[in-house]
Amino acid sequence: MKARVHVMLKNGVLDPQGEAVRHALGAMGFDQVEGVRQGKVIDLELAAGATEADITDMCEKLLANTVIERYEIELV
Amino acid sequence: MRAAVIVFPGSNCDRDLAVAFEQAGFQVDMVWHKDAALPEGIDIVGVPGGFSYGDYLRCGAIAAQSPICKAVVEHANRGGYAVGVCNGFQILTETGVLPGALLRNAGLKYICKTVGLKVETSDSAFTQGYNAGDVIGIPIAHHDGNYFADDATLAALRDQDRIAFTYTENPNGSVGDIAGILSENRRVLGMMPHPERAADEGHGGTDGTALFRALSGVLAPA
Repeated sequence: MKARVHVMLKNGVLDPQGEAVRHALGAMGFDQVEGVRQGKVIDLELAAGATEADITDMCEKLLANTVIERYEIELV
Repeated sequence: MRAAVIVFPGSNCDRDLAVAFEQAGFQVDMVWHKDAALPEGIDIVGVPGGFSYGDYLRCGAIAAQSPICKAVVEHANRGGYAVGVCNGFQILTETGVLPGALLRNAGLKYICKTVGLKVETSDSAFTQGYNAGDVIGIPIAHHDGNYFADDATLAALRDQDRIAFTYTENPNGSVGDIAGILSENRRVLGMMPHPERAADEGHGGTDGTALFRALSGVLAPA
């Protein structure tokens, strides 16, 4: 079983790296870009029997800091 | 008086912190992160600066799950004293002992320089050697020192007089210019600036000495 966890800063939390990427894209002439948010993708390879609840537990305890980040779990 | 200084793989301010404690009269035990318990009779725990676990995942996130951190959290929950400096502050927020989180500096640059800190409260074992309103010079050295907390947490920090230090010129985008905060019982301090790097004439400044001296005054056996 495999799972993919997406971790993003919450809305309202400044993402200076995303802002820097937005500036760079603007400087390159990509005027269409109005906002950039940068996050992480974490791929998990799991033993048989692992549940989505287990992955949620992993996200809450380590993979995301829920003070500043939100996460989404994708089973693949 | 006994202090424990935690050593993680990647800690690099652990010995400086130990020297600062020793100069204030503490006997210091260096405690390895794999240990599951603090030595008996510890009066205060120091969580030092550095780059524990290479800052992988998030600064302090992996260290916060190490065996010794469970003991540090229990120590704090029992009402024990602790101070986290720089990466130590990040670790204490990751454990939940202190509220909020430290984000990447707003200017995206690692900043290493002495900054002005305003002492916001003298009502703690850490800050009672200063007067509220004092401005002291303490070095910062961080890439992720941009303090963030939600509005409710900020209001609580302000209402309970738990903001220990603010920057006179905000270097990193921290909300409310916050450089250091106290726990609700005022016995845990987390701060991004390094008082242990301003604790000896050779450092070029000694404004951090009063913090360690004040602690020794509070924790000395009566």
